[in-house]
Formats: sequence, structure tokens, C-alpha cells
Amino acid sequence: MRCGKRRNEVDSVSVATATKRSGGTAAAGKRPGPGRDHSAWFLVLPALIPILILSVGPLLYGIALAFTDAQSGRTQPTQWVGTLNFQDLLHDTLFWDSFRIGLLWAVGVTVPQFLLALGLALLLDQNLRFRWLARALAIIPWAMPEVVVGIMWRLVYNPDAGILNETIRDLGLGDGRDWLTGLATALPAVILVGIWAGMPQTTVALLAGLQNTPHELHEAAALDGAGAWRRFRTVTWPALKPVALAITALNFIWNFNSFALVYVLTNGGPGGRTRLPMLFAYEEAFRYGQFGYAAAMGCVMVAVVSVLLALYLVGRLKGDQDR
Amino acid sequence: MSTLRTSRAARFGQYLALLAYLVFLAFPFLWLISTAFKPAPELGSLHPTWIPKDPTLANFRQAFDEQPLLQAAGNSLVAALAAALIAVVIATPMAYVMARHRGRLATAATGWVVVSQAFPFVLVIIPLFLVLKNLHLINSLLGLVMVYVVWSLPFALWMLTGYVRAVPAELEEAAAVDGAGRLRTLVSVTAPLLAPGIVATALFAFITAWNEFFFALVLLKTPEKQTLPVVLTHFLGAEGVADLGPLAAAAFLATIPSLVIFAIIQKRITGGMLTGAVKS
Repeated sequence: MRCGKRRNEVDSVSVATATKRSGGTAAAGKRPGPGRDHSAWFLVLPALIPILILSVGPLLYGIALAFTDAQSGRTQPTQWVGTLNFQDLLHDTLFWDSFRIGLLWAVGVTVPQFLLALGLALLLDQNLRFRWLARALAIIPWAMPEVVVGIMWRLVYNPDAGILNETIRDLGLGDGRDWLTGLATALPAVILVGIWAGMPQTTVALLAGLQNTPHELHEAAALDGAGAWRRFRTVTWPALKPVALAITALNFIWNFNSFALVYVLTNGGPGGRTRLPMLFAYEEAFRYGQFGYAAAMGCVMVAVVSVLLALYLVGRLKGDQDR
Repeated sequence: MSTLRTSRAARFGQYLALLAYLVFLAFPFLWLISTAFKPAPELGSLHPTWIPKDPTLANFRQAFDEQPLLQAAGNSLVAALAAALIAVVIATPMAYVMARHRGRLATAATGWVVVSQAFPFVLVIIPLFLVLKNLHLINSLLGLVMVYVVWSLPFALWMLTGYVRAVPAELEEAAAVDGAGRLRTLVSVTAPLLAPGIVATALFAFITAWNEFFFALVLLKTPEKQTLPVVLTHFLGAEGVADLGPLAAAAFLATIPSLVIFAIIQKRITGGMLTGAVKS
């Protein structure tokens, strides 16, 4: 707490927002605004301390580790090595392979998933029968542990006893194949699972966005004779855009950083074709004990997703302005 | 919501599309259930069927024989319950400040919530591993709970902030006019109205921890300590050659608690997402 002046500023802001929210003036000045006393800090500390110790602290420690030769189970003390890990990373073709695969996977999951989820959200926004069933089913992938999702799809993809190949055989399209171990099919196969697994969150966010769109505008546009596509383009999409941008950026980040699903499906195989950056870093850290090197990989991943995060924040700010 | 006239053809197309989505979303799960109830000969068949011809519970028995599933479920339950309770208890007051306070503190907290979504966990888990090792909390549920609490905080804060905003500030103002202090107001006016949101958040944190895999994989070493998702991967075997029946049975069982909880709080979660993720 620097001085009283600062706190008064805070108070007037919160009062202003409170007044705006209640749409009136009554009692606004007497509102028990946090910041008037020190209790805001007491309310925040129980969460703030663990956050600092177990989240912010480790993050900074992790960045520091990237500049050391830290290894597990070694007797000599850890030393600063400057940017050596990063220089090694530059020449590590395996890492860049995994990086490329990570980007392919993240784009390959995020974009089709967005389109599919948008379609589903638009459908669920309509007054259709069985909508409740779709809503309930759409939640299943969300409730399942990622490990189970991976196991479940391995059963689907199973070359002999799986339903996918059986369907292919039934349709007379051939014998099917071993999707998860084929060099060409492994990445598309895991991408399909990624799309499936992330559908609920994306759909729910888009549906929420749709329900915020001004309905009167929609009707007015319809009365003016605008077709469905035109109404979507001129009314729905402009209102949905901030949400769409935000969820897409977040999905891309989550996908780029994902681990469990692919660990269970292929464990990075065949021949590294599905080895996402997180799988690579995990092996480097906990199989080979190269903590410093793996931390450097983490730093590079953070740098990449930070760009996306910036996009996301811009999207959110815009969303606030539009309101 | 659509009061617009929609032509019959368009309606038909919509139902067709909805059906396609239903099939896409449901079929892997139905296949999992189908596999779980199939006897070994049917699993080896080149022509598997949707409905088991000779349904059996043998896979479930075998699953429990092969891996310590009950113990793993117990570990998951303890870790998830503890993490959910602690997370909600410490997140609620902070979410209150974030929702009502427009100071630097609230801005920083909101910023952290957003930024923490972008952490690649490997950058956090290596230092945490080292710290927990020094504290002798590797292979301990206590260490895992600590990690889960902090890990579930961003989303808990996000949801709870939305719930606090939904409580009309006028009620707190009225209490203040009546001379109630801030903590008093919080406890006797705001908290009761928040209760449903707090419960939903706790259940969501529970599911998140129940489902979590990466931290558990890194931090838990011995089978007696491992949580359900980690133990499930043991069914996959070293070469990925799995015993399909018990694998499916165990995976199906592991999903039931989350599905039940999700069915209960589904509306609130979507509400929380709506207020938290979109409106804030």
C-alpha cells in the first residue's frame, strides 16, 4: 500500500463500476469497496502464497535452469553454462522435427475443431429436438480422463478388433490398416483424436458467444430478406469474433503443449512421427535426466505460445470494448 | 432460440447434421463399452460386432487382478478431494477480490490466470520435481496435492470470479449501510449466494485432478502410490501390446466418476465458462 491517494483512486474506480452495474446512484458511496482497508490482502494471501511458491517461483526457476547444465542424479554441482543449451537446441534436428510436428498437430487439431465446433454450436443454438442429447454427448469427451480417451481410440484404431477397420471391411474399402503405427497415418490419426477430445470446450465457448449475439439484429436482417449465410456473415460472426479468436488462440496453445493423449496413443511413434515437443522434453528430462536442456526446450515453447497469448489478450480486450 | 422461419429442407439438413455429430461424438465411447463386455474369443475375432454376442464381466475381474485398481482409485480419490477442497477454500476469497476490486492486485491476479494457461508443464515440473525431491515429497500424494491445488487455481479463480460478479453488488451495499464490516458482509451475504458456484467449482477441480496424468506420471514412482490414470497406462504393456478386454474395462470404470459428476454440474460448468471465459 503506497499511500492513501492511490487507494482512493482504486475506490473511485470500483465505485464507478459498481454504479454502472447497478444502473443507479443509490448507496454507491457507501459500498464496502476492497482497497479501502487491508482486508483485500488477507483475502488474497491464502491463494497468493501457494501461487508464488508453486507456480511463479518454479516458472522462474525453470527459466534459470535452462541456463545451467542441471542433470538428475549427478554428483558434481550444477553450473551456469550461459546460452549453451540454446545453442545445442539450434542444432538438434530431433527437437526441430518435434517442433514442426507440434505445430502441424496444433494447427491440424485447432482449425478443423473450430469449424466443427462452430457448426455444432450453431445447430445447438437452434430450436431442435434432441438438442439436449447432443449437448449431453458433447460433454463426454470433456469429462473423460485424457488417458481414457487415448485408450478408447486405440481400441477404435485397433487393426483387427477395432471398429474403424471393421467398418472399412464392411464397406468393402479394403482390409484397413494399422493406423497408429503407419508412418503416414499416425499423425492424422492422433490429430483426429485431438479434434474429438477438444470439441466440448470449443463448442461450449462458441455457444456462449452465440447466445450473446443480439437476436433482434438477426430478426431485422431476416425481415430485410438476408439469407442464412448473409445473416451469419453480417450479424453472427462480428459478434462472435472476439470469442472465436480467444478460444482459437487458447486451443492452439493447449494443443501445442499437450502430452497425455499422444503419450497414450503412440508414445511419439512410429519413428518420432508423432513426437510432440512435450513428449520430447519429457523424455529428455525424465528418461535421460537432462534437466537444463529440457528446461531450455520449455523456454522455446513458451516463446512460441507467448505470441499466441498476446493475440488472445488482444481478442479479450476487443471483446470488452465491444460490450 | 430461433423464431425465424426455417424451411423444411433446411430443418431436415439440420437434423441430418446433428445426427452426424451425435454419431461422431458417441461412437468411440460406445465402442469402449462394447469392448469392455466382450469375452476374449470375440476380441480376437477379425469381425468384431457392436453388441457383444456373449457379454461377460470377466474383463472387469481380470482388470482388478492384473493391476491394483482399487488402490489407485483410492489414491486418485484422496488427491482429487484434497486438491479440490483446498483450491476452493483459498480461491474463493481471492476470486472475490478479483471480481470486486479494480486495483493492481486484481489486474496482476487476472494476468496470472491468463498467462498460466500457456505454461508448458515441462518448464514447471522440472523445478517442482527438484523442490519436492528436496522436501522428500516425491512419490507422495501430499506433493501431488500441492501441485494439483496450484494447477487447478487458474480455472477455479476464473469460474468463481464469474460467480461473484453474478451476485448483485447492491446486496453488499445494503449490508454495508446496515453497518456490517467487509468480512462480515462477505461471510453472511455473499458466501451463501455463492455456495452453488463454489460447489460446482470444487467438483470441477475434483474432476480435473481425478483425470490428471502428467504430474502424476512424473511425481509418483511406485504402483502403490500411483493414481488411476497412471495405473491405466500399465495395461498398455511395454510394447503397446495390450490385453484389450481388461484395458477397456478398467478405462470404462475410471471414467464413471467424472461422467456422473459432469452430468450433475454440466449446466453450471457451461454457465461458469460463459461468465468466466467469455464475459470477463
